[in-house]
Amino acid sequence: MREGIETAGIETSDAEAVERTLRGERDAYRVLVERHSRYVFRMAYRMTGNSHDAEEVVQEAFLRAYQKLKQFEGQANFGTWVYRIAANYTIDRMRARQAEQSRRQTVSAPREDGLEIDPMAMAKDPAPSPERLAASAQLAEKMKAALEALSPAERTAVVMRHWDGCAIEEIAAVLKSNTNATKNTVFRAVAKLRKALEPYAGGMGAARAMGSET
Amino acid sequence: MSEKKHLKEEELIAYRDGETEGRGAVTAHLEECVECREELRKIEAVFAALDAMPVPEPAADYELRVWQRLEPRLPERRARWWEGWFEARRLVVIGAMAAMILAAYFIGMRVGRKTPGSVGTDVAGREKVRERVLVVAVGEHLGRSEMVLVELANAEPKKSDKLINIAAEQKRAEALVEENRLYRQTALKEGDQAMASTLDELERVLLDIANSPDEVTPEQFGSLQKRIEAKGILFKVRVVNQDLREREKNQKPSPAQGNSETKERNKA
Repeated sequence: MREGIETAGIETSDAEAVERTLRGERDAYRVLVERHSRYVFRMAYRMTGNSHDAEEVVQEAFLRAYQKLKQFEGQANFGTWVYRIAANYTIDRMRARQAEQSRRQTVSAPREDGLEIDPMAMAKDPAPSPERLAASAQLAEKMKAALEALSPAERTAVVMRHWDGCAIEEIAAVLKSNTNATKNTVFRAVAKLRKALEPYAGGMGAARAMGSET
Repeated sequence: MSEKKHLKEEELIAYRDGETEGRGAVTAHLEECVECREELRKIEAVFAALDAMPVPEPAADYELRVWQRLEPRLPERRARWWEGWFEARRLVVIGAMAAMILAAYFIGMRVGRKTPGSVGTDVAGREKVRERVLVVAVGEHLGRSEMVLVELANAEPKKSDKLINIAAEQKRAEALVEENRLYRQTALKEGDQAMASTLDELERVLLDIANSPDEVTPEQFGSLQKRIEAKGILFKVRVVNQDLREREKNQKPSPAQGNSETKERNKA
């Protein structure tokens, strides 16, 4: 994660900004907000799929981090810490929203295994024409729909793993799960995305095919 | 695709993810198997498509806007106690308390002057009022401190609680620290070493509570309870408070008696 911006020509480390904030200097916290809010926004946008929710996540994450700042003392990286707070808040928010939507949906077939609903079918377009799908905006729509069709845990896993390069253990901590179950969540998420996007994304990944690995 | 012959989808995803376990075997298989290479290419294509998903880049002043919206929502952070001591609003409270104590001393001196007898009688009256003011004020202070300590020591948070909110106790402890400091200094000036010593110990425990986070984990809370218990401060506070009540009840006219009581407690 990004470390270090200059404030009035003097670079303040995260640890120093935390210490000063704990001493009651509010402006020191501003350094931390300015340093890490953009990164948190990107993660939140990928998880929530819209700017409004992502903005709310950023606000709540930095507010919670401020309230818990004494607990941070001694930990290595404020950026990682606030990222995790944001990820935790986002998944809770997504789950709450999904639960609310489930309550509103009168017709919803529960899965036999009791896991979160798989609304993958909603992302499918039964009769897409090649012309229509050629447009990148429409492909983006497909991707958005495919991500929305993931469960909160799956979406969190894929965002943290693929975009932010988080370790399985870090993702497991956010999902409050173990590493094996988390690996399975990642696999499940990728498999669903593949199922939804493969018909439209065929040619895009050729540059990184097997030939480049060996 | 036969699962026996070809790599599973999970294996390909894990391989693409950089999984090290069994990586050599997967690489060897991929070198020989066209179908698995094609499968991997399709997985890569999905990730490439995801990478192409646009994320709106916030405006250049995004960070400033985040701060402007966040800043009014941030609760006032208490400065550490020695810094907080000099905060203006606290100085007003402390000043008012000091003024009350001084007024009490002043009244004590006037009482002494109103009875122009022997020097000994003047001193006796003054001492009596001074001691009474201190005894009543400190007694009330110890009572309030005891309540905070008892509430914390006896609290049994639910096992399901991830965080325990002690913000209310913390605020009360913070106010008590300031009072305590004043009484401890007064006790020292009066030469009441036993009282000063107990107040000193109490102050450390109150500071410990005042400087704790608003919300603590059950482990932190348990540790705080143990610290309260370990110092035996509740017992000491009760003993001193009881002693003060006795003193208040049985204050005798002879100043010599009062002084001897203090000396006795100092010995103890």
